[in-house]
Amino acid sequence: MIHSLFLVNASGDIFLEKHWKSVVSRSVCDYFFEALERATEPENVPPVIPTPHHFLINVLRHRIYFVAVIQSEVPPLFVIEFLHRVVDTFQDYFGVCSEAAIKDNVVVVYELLEEMLDNGFPLATESNILKELIKPPTILRTVVNTITGSTNVGEQLPTGQLSVVPWRRTGVKYTNNEAYFDVVEEIDAIIDKSGSTITAEIQGVIDACVKLTGMPDLTLSFMNPRLLDDVSFHPCVRFKRWEAERILSFIPPDGNFRLLSYHVSSQNLVAIPVYVKHNISFREGSSQGRFELTLGPKQTMGKAVESVLVSSQLPRGVLNANLSPSQGTYTFDPVTKLLSWDVGKINPQKLPSLKGSVSLQTGASKPDENPTINIQFKIQQLAISGLKVNRLDMYGEKYKPFKGIKYMTKAGKFQVRT
Amino acid sequence: TSAQRNRSNAQGKPRNPTLKNEDLKEMLESNKESLKLEAMKRIVGLIAKGKNASELFPAVVKNVASKNIELKKLVYVYLVRYAEEQQDLALLSISTFQRALKDPNQLIRASALRVLSSIRVPIIVPIMMLAIKEAATDLSPYVRKTAAHAIQKLYSLDPDQKEHLIEVIEKLLKDKSTLVAGSVVMAFEEVCPDRIDLIHKNYRKLCNLLVDVEEWGQVVIIHMLTRYARTQFVSPWREEGGIERTIYSFYDSEEERKVEQTRPYIMDPDHRLLLRNTKPLLQSRNTAVVMAVSQLYWHLAPKHELSIITKSLVRLLRSHREVQYVVLQNIATMSIQRKGMFEPFMKSFYVRSTDATHIKTLKLEILTNLANEANISTILREFQTYVKSQDKAFAAATIQAIGRCATNISEVTDTCLNGLVLLLSNRDETVVAESVVVIKKLLQTQPSQHSDIIKHMAKLFDNITVPMARASILWLMGEYCEHVPKIAPDVLRKMAKTFTNEEDIVKLQIVNLAAKLYLTNSKQTKLLTQYILNLGKYDQNYDIRDRTRFIRQLIVPNEKSGALSKYARRILMAPKPAPVLQSAFKDRDRFQLGTLSHTLNSQASGYLELSDWPAVAPDQSVRNVEVVEPVRLPCIFILFYFLKIMLKIESESEENSDDSNKSSSSQSEKSSSESDSEKKKKTLKNKKLQQQKPDSKDRLLLIIMTKYILIHIVLSISTQFFVNCMCSLLHLCVFLACQFDAVSWHVHVSLQASSPVFVPETSHELLHRMTGKGLSAQYRFTRQPCIYGNSMVSLQLTLSNSSDQALENIHISEKSSTGQNIHRFNAIERLEPQASVTVSMGVDFNDSTQAANFQLCTKEDEFSVSIQPAVGELLLPITMSEADFTKEQGKLMGMNESSATITMKPENVSSQSVNRKVVSVANIGVIPSSQENIYRFAGKTVSSGSLVLVSVALKDPDAVITINTEKTVIGSMLLRQFKTALTNSGP
Repeated sequence: MIHSLFLVNASGDIFLEKHWKSVVSRSVCDYFFEALERATEPENVPPVIPTPHHFLINVLRHRIYFVAVIQSEVPPLFVIEFLHRVVDTFQDYFGVCSEAAIKDNVVVVYELLEEMLDNGFPLATESNILKELIKPPTILRTVVNTITGSTNVGEQLPTGQLSVVPWRRTGVKYTNNEAYFDVVEEIDAIIDKSGSTITAEIQGVIDACVKLTGMPDLTLSFMNPRLLDDVSFHPCVRFKRWEAERILSFIPPDGNFRLLSYHVSSQNLVAIPVYVKHNISFREGSSQGRFELTLGPKQTMGKAVESVLVSSQLPRGVLNANLSPSQGTYTFDPVTKLLSWDVGKINPQKLPSLKGSVSLQTGASKPDENPTINIQFKIQQLAISGLKVNRLDMYGEKYKPFKGIKYMTKAGKFQVRT
Repeated sequence: TSAQRNRSNAQGKPRNPTLKNEDLKEMLESNKESLKLEAMKRIVGLIAKGKNASELFPAVVKNVASKNIELKKLVYVYLVRYAEEQQDLALLSISTFQRALKDPNQLIRASALRVLSSIRVPIIVPIMMLAIKEAATDLSPYVRKTAAHAIQKLYSLDPDQKEHLIEVIEKLLKDKSTLVAGSVVMAFEEVCPDRIDLIHKNYRKLCNLLVDVEEWGQVVIIHMLTRYARTQFVSPWREEGGIERTIYSFYDSEEERKVEQTRPYIMDPDHRLLLRNTKPLLQSRNTAVVMAVSQLYWHLAPKHELSIITKSLVRLLRSHREVQYVVLQNIATMSIQRKGMFEPFMKSFYVRSTDATHIKTLKLEILTNLANEANISTILREFQTYVKSQDKAFAAATIQAIGRCATNISEVTDTCLNGLVLLLSNRDETVVAESVVVIKKLLQTQPSQHSDIIKHMAKLFDNITVPMARASILWLMGEYCEHVPKIAPDVLRKMAKTFTNEEDIVKLQIVNLAAKLYLTNSKQTKLLTQYILNLGKYDQNYDIRDRTRFIRQLIVPNEKSGALSKYARRILMAPKPAPVLQSAFKDRDRFQLGTLSHTLNSQASGYLELSDWPAVAPDQSVRNVEVVEPVRLPCIFILFYFLKIMLKIESESEENSDDSNKSSSSQSEKSSSESDSEKKKKTLKNKKLQQQKPDSKDRLLLIIMTKYILIHIVLSISTQFFVNCMCSLLHLCVFLACQFDAVSWHVHVSLQASSPVFVPETSHELLHRMTGKGLSAQYRFTRQPCIYGNSMVSLQLTLSNSSDQALENIHISEKSSTGQNIHRFNAIERLEPQASVTVSMGVDFNDSTQAANFQLCTKEDEFSVSIQPAVGELLLPITMSEADFTKEQGKLMGMNESSATITMKPENVSSQSVNRKVVSVANIGVIPSSQENIYRFAGKTVSSGSLVLVSVALKDPDAVITINTEKTVIGSMLLRQFKTALTNSGP
């Protein structure tokens, strides 16, 4: 299915190639470079590019394009999903997925790619299996290996590959047995000029970090499972149990994994935790425009709104901005016209504001659209949908694990049109 | 540019590559393993950069048989990359792989086959073929999976091998391992996608295995089964049938039509099976799986069941940009045919300023498709924001979308038109140009009412510079010159002045306008027209010269012009049909959704056409499989024989039970390489490990362990003398495994046993240490099906020695005081002081709560003990559908039904606590219930297998417990226990 893979960096250099069938010349990437040149933004490169003999399917992550070469019909999502899985694996192994990290670990990268695909068909993509086959590089291990000449490569078939729980390896041991769950919810919203909500929805995930000895069997139940409208599971979750009892029952993978992602049913009204008062105006004929932003908390359930970051793409005619923030710092890039204001925490007593003027290019006419404002924020210890974990139980092992659940709400794609 | 790129990559590396190669060669030929490894790592680095390292081939290939596994793997990487170029040298390595194919370690066997089949050297095709055939019958499913991959490699190397390869595929399709299923279906799709007949017998198995197959395999199998189903089942889409029927009725006789109409559509159970088994996969985390199931439903499900895929598809929009792109394309195609599906989720397609351009356009496309009378005002308001977008290409696309909405929904045509006219005064050229083009198209539908718009556009004409827009306005002037008799000639006058400076497309329209005005208003425009025609005659562009010549002949009457000029007016001023504004996704439905061809809207190589439904269903019986005889007599003996040996060895190895067992037992699962006897022993340790955890509630672990034990037995005998029994034994194993397995393997038993929902930890006292002279015993119900006999209840006995001397020969005496059939544990030869041991036994209580009395003996003493089972322990849980449950319940009415009304404590009312309380009292399974406040549970008695159905209906604050069972005694006893459990508070 997948013939070859090319890794291309932001400046358009191929820095790694791997072939699973006959070698495809790297000149095939010229079609990709053509599309790259045509695109105004890096994100605008079409994910599927046809060429006379091949098809190029690419994903962009961490400023690296992963370009897969396909020769015949295959579901495009199959390739895209696989490429993202490759990136996730690199990130898992090297901490970051950057050009430097990949170049430094080129042998491990090659060994991983070799195990992940056989003849272009995915063979082992489960991180637990891969880690038994190829141990992640650590400084200690590198030193030991150079001295003793031992290797990073496992000699036995990982047990997971054959078992019904391929995501978990056997013989896991920890002295501190811990299971942490993060309930993270994101609010996607579009707020219109007058401050009313055009669309708002809540998407959530439960990310877990489980370090438990042996083969624990966990169950997690919610106080209000009805909130979850649409869910997708890690393969470890027993679907039938969820269908029947709305309980998550699973044998967890070892380490970090995403247990569940969910969508909160659209019948529930979404609480919008911040509001923006804005006054952005340009006058015809004048080279100055007024710019005023004030942020305030709204429906936050008594929690503080933190790490607030406001960004906005100002119109092309804007030359410079001369603003003064009541708190935090702001930057304006005159080339990309991107204004960003790092607000920090919102103090309800003293609302943060950003006021001043923007200067337009002389002779440029009044922009016909006001900029859209993107807001990022975090609220700790709150799941905005009201979702609550009822209890977490462990069966199958005797020890008492340390359990922890954390809630957080973040802004997803939160936009205010002005 | 690519050469430049290469050069930039080479920076920071030694300048002289040949020297470097010499160094590497030296390193490879050294004696030190670490040097060789270092050299190979550098070579792999070179390959990764796309450098040529083929010169080193002889030096590298020597290391193919290295003991160092990492070195060996890197050599493999090298070999696969360069073997094609250095075929003769590559042959040197073949014997190493042939040897490795026989290695006892399955990972080595598999990787040898992987490399051997990846060496694209035609001369070794026969060796490959042999290796594949052998690996296809390997005991390790992992090796068989590799064999399935190798099939495709060999096929691409030598397509002549097709027939032989199909044989292997046929064999592997029968494989029951979930690991193999995806890979072999992939091979099938590549090699022989037309051999549908190979699928028939495996269809049901594939459907049932699907949930447990790894995610990539799932995608491939689902796509294949979609194609299969379209050839084998009749259409479930009744609307289409309706249309066909009316056509038939036109020709056919009255009676035939009646027959046709009275026959209702009944879905083939196999068709239903596929839909049912793929549905849970919509919850997969893998977007490709979700898309595959969605397209399966789109192409196969009855239309009213389609709505379930909507939510999942909308969920995928939260994923990465590239995923969004593909999913939106598919939604765009779907939304043309079925607006209703996505209309409730319209707001999910609202565009954000941060979206990539291709995502924005797709969302716009979908919003336009979804527009109808009810929501058009909301959509248009949203579009107004988009028109103002800084991304002008997107703004232009929005204007086109508005145009489409205006033509499709007549109520808003005027509003849209007015909105577009307002846009004409926009400052941005592209926006204005696009508006003009769209207005032109709209005006064509109803020109008479809009002469002021045309006038307005004529006024704007001077300010518009985009050629396409200017051309459009000119065309409008010409076409409707009768509506604007005063302005049109004036426009023509201006154009005559600027003719030479216009773009070609505008010039053509000027000529056109001139011609039309000449015909309608020749008095004013005759001279102007001639002037323009003269200019056109000497234009640089031959299209314009041709057009001018043609127009002149057509409109200006002279002696040469024939009959044509008489019709000039009718030709030029003919009423023209309005253009239809269509979605760009209109014709994409010719491709199967979710495919590459669909995404590109052109057929990719290897695309397999989805056939139309057959008019009449092909024979359904082809999919029937002979029911596997679950237990064959000789096998029972063999199994019991081994169980006996097992238990014997278990008691022998008891003494040296320490922690090291645990680690070795996990080892034994991995390897198939140890000698058989050793394996047997380790298997037993496994078994013991499982029993050492008496309060383990981990049923999945139990399942895995049991499976392993069974598989190991099979492995050990197969290599010895019972080879011919192996096959039937495997069936037995599968059968037994299914008994324990929560995952749905399809087995032909009427009451499918399921695993227990809840296993209580409480142990009961069997023998106190005071009465037992230091020996104490506790028992506990494991709630698992008993492996010693189908009618037995499985028990776990924990014996501990609290005296200060070792106890010897602990066993159960042969004579039993009551009539129960007891399976005794094997005698424990020696129990050290302070040690304890767990053994399992089975008792057939014959579905009564009468206690089982027996003698527990040591070397010196005999103690009478008795086990009194709680009524709930005499049951085994089963699963059934809700419909089956109510059906069965209907059969067990009257005296078989006992019920009681109780008052619930408010804290017990939640579904969880009811479930928990019921399953802790009795070992029964939970039946999913569609009604709120009614909870259903089902089980069967262990000995006779009679159904026991329990339902609890909550009617605040009361609850009605109903128990239906033939065993009325058990029913009434259970009822009493449920009553106390549900009225008591606490856990």
